[in-house]
Amino acid sequence: MTAQQWTLALVVASFALYIGIAIRSRASTTKEFYVAGTGVSPLANGMATAADWMSAASFLGMAGLISFMGYDGSVYLMGWTGGYVLLALLLAPYLRKFGAFTVPDFVGDRYYSQTARIVAVVCAIFISFTYVAGQMRGVGIVFGRFLEVDIDVGVYIGMAVVFFYAVLGGMKGITYTQVAQYCVLIFAYLVPAIFLSIMVTGNPIPQLGLGGVDLASGTPLLERLNGLNTELGFTEYTSGTKSMLDVFFITTALMVGTAGLPHVIIRFYTVPRVRDARVSVGWALVFIALLYTTAPAIAVFARTNLINSISETPYSEVPEWFTTWEDTGLLRFEDLNGDGRIQFVGPNSPMENELTVDNDIIVLANPEIAELPNWVIGLVAAGGLAAALSTAAGLLLVVSSAVSHDLLKRSLMPEISERGELLAARLAAAAAVLFAGYLGTHPPGYVAQVVAFAFGLAASSFFPIIILGIFSRRTTREGAILGMISGIALTGAYIVWFTLMHPELSNTDNWWFGISPQGIGTVGMLLNFAVTMTVSRFTPEPPEHVQRMVDSIRVPRSVA
Amino acid sequence: MPEDTTARHKEYWRRNIRYVGMLLAVWFLVSFGFGILLVEPLNSVNLPGTAYPLGFWFAQQGAIYVFVVLIFVYVKLMNGLDQEFGVSEEDGA
Repeated sequence: MTAQQWTLALVVASFALYIGIAIRSRASTTKEFYVAGTGVSPLANGMATAADWMSAASFLGMAGLISFMGYDGSVYLMGWTGGYVLLALLLAPYLRKFGAFTVPDFVGDRYYSQTARIVAVVCAIFISFTYVAGQMRGVGIVFGRFLEVDIDVGVYIGMAVVFFYAVLGGMKGITYTQVAQYCVLIFAYLVPAIFLSIMVTGNPIPQLGLGGVDLASGTPLLERLNGLNTELGFTEYTSGTKSMLDVFFITTALMVGTAGLPHVIIRFYTVPRVRDARVSVGWALVFIALLYTTAPAIAVFARTNLINSISETPYSEVPEWFTTWEDTGLLRFEDLNGDGRIQFVGPNSPMENELTVDNDIIVLANPEIAELPNWVIGLVAAGGLAAALSTAAGLLLVVSSAVSHDLLKRSLMPEISERGELLAARLAAAAAVLFAGYLGTHPPGYVAQVVAFAFGLAASSFFPIIILGIFSRRTTREGAILGMISGIALTGAYIVWFTLMHPELSNTDNWWFGISPQGIGTVGMLLNFAVTMTVSRFTPEPPEHVQRMVDSIRVPRSVA
Repeated sequence: MPEDTTARHKEYWRRNIRYVGMLLAVWFLVSFGFGILLVEPLNSVNLPGTAYPLGFWFAQQGAIYVFVVLIFVYVKLMNGLDQEFGVSEEDGA
């Protein structure tokens, strides 16, 4: 079978599996639609969270980013995993005890204010749409490359599948399809990584291979890559170029943003008890770590391979995969000095760089670069789709529940019936899918970067006020509202200024204290904390019933 | 007796905060400490038995392993605390 036949077969089989699961797990009540009836086992929820969390950016983009950033790529590795420690210790168990359906639910009740609820709804919808755009583009890219359909057509196919299980099954359908999607995506990620690790280092475990010896040169792999990088005028792989302060701020923004992302938080509403919520975060991180500790290994294997196979190679002798990827525009070669050879060099080299490599290629092209069997290529395609679809579904659920539950049921139409609310939830999910599709066919920026900005916004809006809502009884509605608004305004303005309005000014000389737009979420979060705490001090303390609620969410079971 | 319950819940909460504080200190040390602030001095040695520069290892591998362990330690500590204070959900609500 050819690679394309394998891809088609595996993609169709995996889609059939997701749809089959969706039909078996339809939601018939709003509780099932929003939180899967709180009957999900901690282990299954851990897997679903991992799939929910790991997006097209993690699966397709991250290894590539790290490959080009070297040590600087650590911001993603630590940032996108460290947030789970915060989630486990500071958020998940308490929010489970509170037992609501959505994040704005908690914000609205804890801060006894419809205004707070509405601000939270707006933040949740905005964050989720920012994030979902990247997922839909990821779906399009995979279809476009592997099945040679138009990228837009790929987006429509993805929409149809998500539509099916998100609208029909709500959280219940999403949860069980996400479990299946995790299995598909992790298998698809690990198989090529293991092959590559054996090829480059002789060790079948990529995590160990990374710290091993490069078989071709007989020197330690990282030392070998540092040598190659220096020779070609790049910075040493293990050193990086970002300032320490910026690395610190970006890592913080990503960690805190992770813990503040609504689609991640609501996953912990779906388990039966507080103790299940705690252990479930642990399982989620185990499943995530499996991919996240493999990614830096892939990054190094792929970079070493890339340099070895194309640097100074005459263009007439390039391997076949090189020309296939050139056709997609993700790989570009321009023979600037007319010597017919490929110069792939960094900024410190006297020569001019002639090769542009898109981040997403590293994972997508790995099987071909490593000359793996055709079925592995199909597997990677199915895995990329699983990663993108599972995250998109989780995000769309946040949007739909924010509209039907927080906006309609809890604000505008409190009299709405159970059936009416469920119908509204399905309609909102359907509308959200359509809008996500529009964003996917008119994509802003590239996958990983857009996603990184969603984190800044989550970090500067939800994280501080949820933490304070649990850990400080004295925090008031005035404090929380002003805190959220100031945090998101500062972060949003800084990002819009430097990435949309004046991208030409976006460099260390103009950034505040050298903090990049990716790291500004940390400043927004600190501002939110400061504003919320200061205003709370000067406003009347929260009513008695709210203070009692805070006491009750702090213990798993009240002693009668 | 509500007075007693309140006092016990306060003590439970105080112990919880202490555990969280300790675990977060380790969380900060392995990621921001070893992986960022001290990365350069640590890179001058390798993780024993491998070719990993130590700081780089913490930033791209080690911190993640420690994060996983921290959450399971927290689960164990809190389940014990729930038992000790009679607020565990295991005996049913």
